[in-house]
Amino acid sequence: MASRAAVKKTQAGEPGTFTSKQELTAYREMLLIRRFEEKAGQLYGMGLIGGFCHLYIGQEAVVVGMQMTLKEGDQVITSYRDHGHMLACGMEARGVMAELTGRRGGYSRGKGGSMHMFSREKNFYGGHGIVGAQVPLGAGLAFANKYRGNDHVSLTYFGEGASNQGQVYESFNMAALWKLPVVFIIENNRYAMGTSITRAAAKSEELYLRGAAYGIAGEQVDGMDVRAVKEAGERAVAACRAGEGPYILEMMTYRYRGHSMSDPAKYRTKEEVQKMREEHDPIEQVKRRLLDGGIASEDDLKKIDADIRAIVTDSAEFAQSDLEPDPSELWTDVYLTA
Amino acid sequence: MLDVAPQTEVRELTYAEAIREAMAQAMEADPRVFTFGEDIGTYGGAFGVTGDLIHRFGAERVIDTPISELGMAGVAVGAALTGMRPVLEFQFSDFSLLASEQIINQAAKIRFMFGGKASVPLVIRMPGGSGTGAAAQHSQSLEAIFAHIPGLIVLQPSTPHDAKGLLLSALDNPNPVLIFEHKLLYKVKGPVPAQAYRVPIGQAAIRREGGDVSIITTGIMAVRATAAAERLAAEGIDAEVIDLRTIRPMDVPAIVKSVKKTSRALIVYESVKTLGVGAEISAAIAESEAFDYLDAPIARLGGKEVPLPYNPVLEKASVPQEDDIFNAARALVREGHI
Repeated sequence: MASRAAVKKTQAGEPGTFTSKQELTAYREMLLIRRFEEKAGQLYGMGLIGGFCHLYIGQEAVVVGMQMTLKEGDQVITSYRDHGHMLACGMEARGVMAELTGRRGGYSRGKGGSMHMFSREKNFYGGHGIVGAQVPLGAGLAFANKYRGNDHVSLTYFGEGASNQGQVYESFNMAALWKLPVVFIIENNRYAMGTSITRAAAKSEELYLRGAAYGIAGEQVDGMDVRAVKEAGERAVAACRAGEGPYILEMMTYRYRGHSMSDPAKYRTKEEVQKMREEHDPIEQVKRRLLDGGIASEDDLKKIDADIRAIVTDSAEFAQSDLEPDPSELWTDVYLTA
Repeated sequence: MLDVAPQTEVRELTYAEAIREAMAQAMEADPRVFTFGEDIGTYGGAFGVTGDLIHRFGAERVIDTPISELGMAGVAVGAALTGMRPVLEFQFSDFSLLASEQIINQAAKIRFMFGGKASVPLVIRMPGGSGTGAAAQHSQSLEAIFAHIPGLIVLQPSTPHDAKGLLLSALDNPNPVLIFEHKLLYKVKGPVPAQAYRVPIGQAAIRREGGDVSIITTGIMAVRATAAAERLAAEGIDAEVIDLRTIRPMDVPAIVKSVKKTSRALIVYESVKTLGVGAEISAAIAESEAFDYLDAPIARLGGKEVPLPYNPVLEKASVPQEDDIFNAARALVREGHI
């Protein structure tokens, strides 16, 4: 977590205030992701989910805050830590969870798994497994928007680890050169698998400056505060819509769980994780404001919690009861018939 | 567009002109088609293929890119995901290796791993092959590398007619299509109908009918084999020349049918002989009913097991030439081996 001073250095001001409705929306959306991911972790532990499973717990404010800045038709693309993005885009919990268990009702009919889902209806463009590879794709979505002459914006997420990949800089150059409407969102959770940012990146404390050579505006944002995320996101999205070209937001965030499910946790202390949870948890921050501000009562929050648990439980039941793909599915979707 | 146009005017065009005409007709017919590459606009293309397209369609649709093969390919894939029809040109096919991550890990996989929810209607054009003194890093024939990958379509036209018709088919095709053009063919002339037409993907052409030996070729080797076949005829050997035109999916029935008729198979291709296209053709024959018809072992002529040299004498010795094909076919018919 960057110091507050570092965040303030690049922030236009204090995080904006939310309306009661926005606070409740953010709380609900973040809690859905948190509970969904906890359930996914349980199902993984039970052996019902195989392969990889990268949980988003701790980072919820980033995608929820950014989603609050979008309008219909804006696009989202991200890496393999994608469950939160899909839920925030409005994709069904059932379809996501059933993809994790590899069932036919999963978004990719069991052929993609945790890392690979797509929804044209929800403008979610995947779910990509090669670190950094989604970045030029996100620039390509923005290219298509500009070519078509619409004012849609592409939100292109990647981790701080991906920010060391060459194709990211090829994308920065083209996006700046052609003034593409793309917000590059660096989700800086400080660890690329087990390699801390300080061991992997030069000038690791200022990744938001990595577009400076291309003239791309950058901000470092407290990614644990959904209000700060939304406020910076509004500036970035507005600049893109106004035709000013790309924008970089470095979201200072933190993942509580391992990189994937088999993580030796040797690269950071338990105390570090505990401190983040206790002092910066994005959901607790909103919860405190909801209660302290008299926006919601404990009972109101319990009701929200129960609603979310019902959605998550239903998705888990569906993901366990739904059928495995038919063996014939092996041969479908390799090519689209002309 | 019609497949057959009996009334259409037929002119003599070069292979490069035929490609440009296909591009122009596709861009006139479909505003989603644009082309993208290094020096393809103002300069007109390293081999002059795109020529004056920028003046006819503007810099918005004939786009000079930075030298960023990987990023360019990613932008093209991203645009294709939204339903655009990008035609990406690599200045030399060797440079496609820089973009192999986007081609192989992204474009080829996207449809399948997203369970059919996405498609990548992308065309990649690139000049390959030796014979221009361009040495080891600008002369390779890399089609086997990409043809190895399910999800990709790989074309290798040998005539101006097919260069145009296959490009128009590629643009109709909703899958990623790679077209390996040959540098030595760009200035070769041949009959090309004026209107738009398609050459079907996956269908071989018989360049010369014959009963004594099947010479099964790819790319420029079809031209050399046809010339060799005329000389063989003067010696009383009646060779059939098959031009595969599509490497993946391969027209195995056409190969089998021809070998059953002639009982001898000589496979000729420019890419490196071992572990490549020729091995696949040979295996297809050996695994088919044509095996029982063989009067001689299957023979192959391919690129030598060396990087391509600069010196023209050495360069010619690196890949099959007309004399090599003539000698091998004659030996196969007369002596039963090459």
